[in-house]
Amino acid sequence: MTSSPSASAPLLSIRDLSTWFHTGGRSVSRAVDGVSFDVMPHETVGLVGESGCGKSVTSLSILRLIERPGRIEPGSRIDFEGRDLLSLDDRAIRAIRGNRISMIFQEPMTSLNPVFNVGDQIAEVARVHSRASRREAWERAVDMLQQVGVPAPADRAREYPHQLSGGLRQRAMIAMALMMHPALLIADEPTTALDVTIQAQILELLAELQARVGMSILLITHDLGVIAESATRVLVMYAGQIVEEAPVRTLFDAAHHPYTEGLLSAMPRLGDRRERLTVIPGTVPSPTQWPAGCRFHDRCAYAWERCRTQVPPLYQIGAGHVSRCHLAAEPARRQASGAAAGAAPAS
Amino acid sequence: MHTLTWIAAAVLTTLVCGAIARAGDGDSGSPWRIALTRLRDNHTAFAALCVIVALLIVAALAPWLAPYSPIAQPDIVKLKNLPPSLAHPFGTDFASRDVFSRALYGARVSLSVALLAIVVSASVGTAYGAIAGYVGGRIDTIMMRLIDAGLSVPRILLLIAVLALWAPVPLPVLVLLLGLTGWFGVSRVVRAQVLSLRERDMVVAARALGASDREILWRHILPNVLSPIIVSITLGIANVLIVEAGLSYLGVGVRPPSASWGNMILDGADEIASLWWISTFPGLAIVVTVMAFNLLGDGLRDALDPRQVDG
Amino acid sequence: MTAPNVASARSAPAPNGAAPLLAVRDLVKHFPITRGVFRRRAGAVRAVDGVSLDVFPGETLALVGESGCGKTTTGRAILRLIEPTAGEIRFDGADVRALDGEALRRLRRQMQIIFQDPFSSLNPRMTVGAIVREGLTIHKLAEGEAADARVRELLDEVGLRADVASRYPHEFSGGQRQRIGIARALAVEPRFIVCDEPVSALDVSVQAQVINLLEDLQRQHGLAYLFIAHDLSVVEHIADRVAVMYLGRIVELADADEVYRRPIMPYTQALLSAVPVPDPTRERRRIILSGDVPSPANPPSGCPFHPRCPHPRKDEACTRLVPPLEQKEAGHLAACIKQTPTTVSWPEQQAAGGTMQPERIMPVASG
Repeated sequence: MTSSPSASAPLLSIRDLSTWFHTGGRSVSRAVDGVSFDVMPHETVGLVGESGCGKSVTSLSILRLIERPGRIEPGSRIDFEGRDLLSLDDRAIRAIRGNRISMIFQEPMTSLNPVFNVGDQIAEVARVHSRASRREAWERAVDMLQQVGVPAPADRAREYPHQLSGGLRQRAMIAMALMMHPALLIADEPTTALDVTIQAQILELLAELQARVGMSILLITHDLGVIAESATRVLVMYAGQIVEEAPVRTLFDAAHHPYTEGLLSAMPRLGDRRERLTVIPGTVPSPTQWPAGCRFHDRCAYAWERCRTQVPPLYQIGAGHVSRCHLAAEPARRQASGAAAGAAPAS
Repeated sequence: MHTLTWIAAAVLTTLVCGAIARAGDGDSGSPWRIALTRLRDNHTAFAALCVIVALLIVAALAPWLAPYSPIAQPDIVKLKNLPPSLAHPFGTDFASRDVFSRALYGARVSLSVALLAIVVSASVGTAYGAIAGYVGGRIDTIMMRLIDAGLSVPRILLLIAVLALWAPVPLPVLVLLLGLTGWFGVSRVVRAQVLSLRERDMVVAARALGASDREILWRHILPNVLSPIIVSITLGIANVLIVEAGLSYLGVGVRPPSASWGNMILDGADEIASLWWISTFPGLAIVVTVMAFNLLGDGLRDALDPRQVDG
Repeated sequence: MTAPNVASARSAPAPNGAAPLLAVRDLVKHFPITRGVFRRRAGAVRAVDGVSLDVFPGETLALVGESGCGKTTTGRAILRLIEPTAGEIRFDGADVRALDGEALRRLRRQMQIIFQDPFSSLNPRMTVGAIVREGLTIHKLAEGEAADARVRELLDEVGLRADVASRYPHEFSGGQRQRIGIARALAVEPRFIVCDEPVSALDVSVQAQVINLLEDLQRQHGLAYLFIAHDLSVVEHIADRVAVMYLGRIVELADADEVYRRPIMPYTQALLSAVPVPDPTRERRRIILSGDVPSPANPPSGCPFHPRCPHPRKDEACTRLVPPLEQKEAGHLAACIKQTPTTVSWPEQQAAGGTMQPERIMPVASG
């Protein structure tokens, strides 16, 4: 948990969020295990991690979209615009979904209803959350489609999801999400399924809309390139926990946590001349059996005794920069194993 | 003597169910073992399985379990139409035959007819569907149109007509008729599964390796269509049971004096208000058995669900 | 501008002048669209519309493009896992399309494929050992004990422990399954492997492992790869030469360096500028293409890229003339009538309605 740079109150405040899946027998999958962070107004926060780290479950938890056998554990707290989301009744939370907090997903084909045309689906948002009539809602939907850059919006609105291309479907979903001008947009891998040229269009669109509407975006992705481009602040997740939080430039210039370092190193990038990509050895542990101590210790080149037994807290590294790594307390160790760690492991 | 056999039957049932439950133990990654574990954890389905095992064992041991002969008519004056009592747990019918013993023998007949008929249906249906699905193209289209034609014929009416005209029908012929009129559903299920498997990368990989069509069908396609076939068979048994019972009730299926649950219901149909035990017990037997097979079929479908196996 | 040498320059020749291992000429694959109960042919999806390329022994030729461009179909058609509609495929001189039965089976040993989806490319009902052994059995390369030993060897080569042979695919992660697929392909000792988006479905840290493995294997066994991908960062890392595809055609083909530093096709330029760069300080000078990728069932007339093309000299000639894939510089081919030099002469362009003279536009600096 970092002190926010600006003095205003956070839009979204999450404290000790734990979402566990009780999948029968004795096994409990601790997909999200004690996550805390804030989202301030008008900012884009990136939540980055690989599959199995818990980032999608985090986003679903915010909107209380977790179904059995998953459960948000007691002790978790999610505050939005000053209200405790976890204590709201069904009606109240439904009034928030699509209205004050909206979500867009990776696969627009599966999140749009194939038997209704897109105009109706978008208009439905307005009819549910406001007193708009059918006609008014339809007109607002067409207008929204235009704002998200859909050409010939009146015609497109009458079409069905399968008749639209991937990029247009994603725009339709964005239109649906922004109908009520939400304060917070949660975008869960919004461009992963899209071609790179379409991805560029959608990222431009999101940036433009954010500037125009003034909302905050929680951008969830595994693509560090997308993060570098769109986020102002970045959270790195691993094994159900936040392992690093930093302003975006700091993260790329001076990442602290070995996992973040590993990710940045493992990514091939344009203009990269290295012969071999650095690899993070090992695999992600199972959420039913997180390792003791630091959850990254068995894959970390710097690990020592303390890492195996003691769970690292989030150490403050700099302004707005925290890292869940004991190296913060014993920085000399990074140099000591630096020679072994810096060179790429053999395979 | 009878008591001993009953105890033996109970013990046998417990042993078999226990063995099935234990077969799910261990940590081999085999998809079949995982399915068995899931089935075992599904209490409703496992209970249904135990009921079915019990029924099968009882039906198999019927000659040694039945207190009386199912066709003997000891005293048609004094012992007829007796309500259920200790001596006759299900009462006696108009010919002084013990309903309980008839029910046990009836189980034998009904269950074996259903099981054998399903074996016929499954074999024909699987072969037909697999060929249609794998070969594809125009042959597939023609084969499927034939199925459509077959499905448009009302099965029960056809069976009634054939059986009535060809009366009396020996049991094996009845089995064949039931089997040969009931394979269309299985073939469509198999075809759909084969069609989707054919395009899967794992089959493309096998072709890239140089595998022949026969090798691909045997090694890759068939093991992966077994699951829906098993489910289809289980649910199909329930279906055939009902059809056979219906045909026997109408008098064209299993003929008296052989007992089948269906014709036992017929026996008591006229006096169902007063001599309720003659029809009710075989009726209940059908209900319980069909429900058990349906529950097991549903449980098997969940247990064999490939989506859950694929991580 | 010097007159371009177009005559026989279909692709960049190998550095030492060796003959290509795989030579593809004018490959076409159309999928018929059928209507009605009796499946009348109502049109065609022109997935691959005239592709020519060479792959030399030991090299990696990357085939890049977005969804619908036909790269996957091309890879599979080359191996005859999809039957080509037309065109010539020569492997080591032999005409692949003319082979059948036993001869085709023998050829299959030399040309293998690894897949994008680590989940659906392995049979969930077979053990890992059985999966890897299948190739050995089909081609009678080893049996019994010898086969088991060979399987262990292969698993070791791809970095998996020998005891995984008795386990089932679902017990492994995506990266490990991908390795199993690689071991399966290696079992028959191929010389050429089509890598169909092998790392697209994997996490970043796992991608690196698999890419390194593929590179190591290439060095050790002298393998040639046709590396199909849409992720340009990965491709730059592994490819020797790059072919860019759009709507079933190759629109640019050159050494990797050339394509990345000095792309000539406006499409390639836009593609490269669209890749998100993990450097927040980099000024993004993006070429944003308008519109969506058109459907291969209904490609635009003339140059397939013209509706989205940002070239300042784009005119009506572009909607009428199909640009040939021609040499723009030594070893660098591109298909654009507006990027000089071009064999489509100015009078020809005018005759097709052209109003603006071709001019070479240097790519917008993005790297």
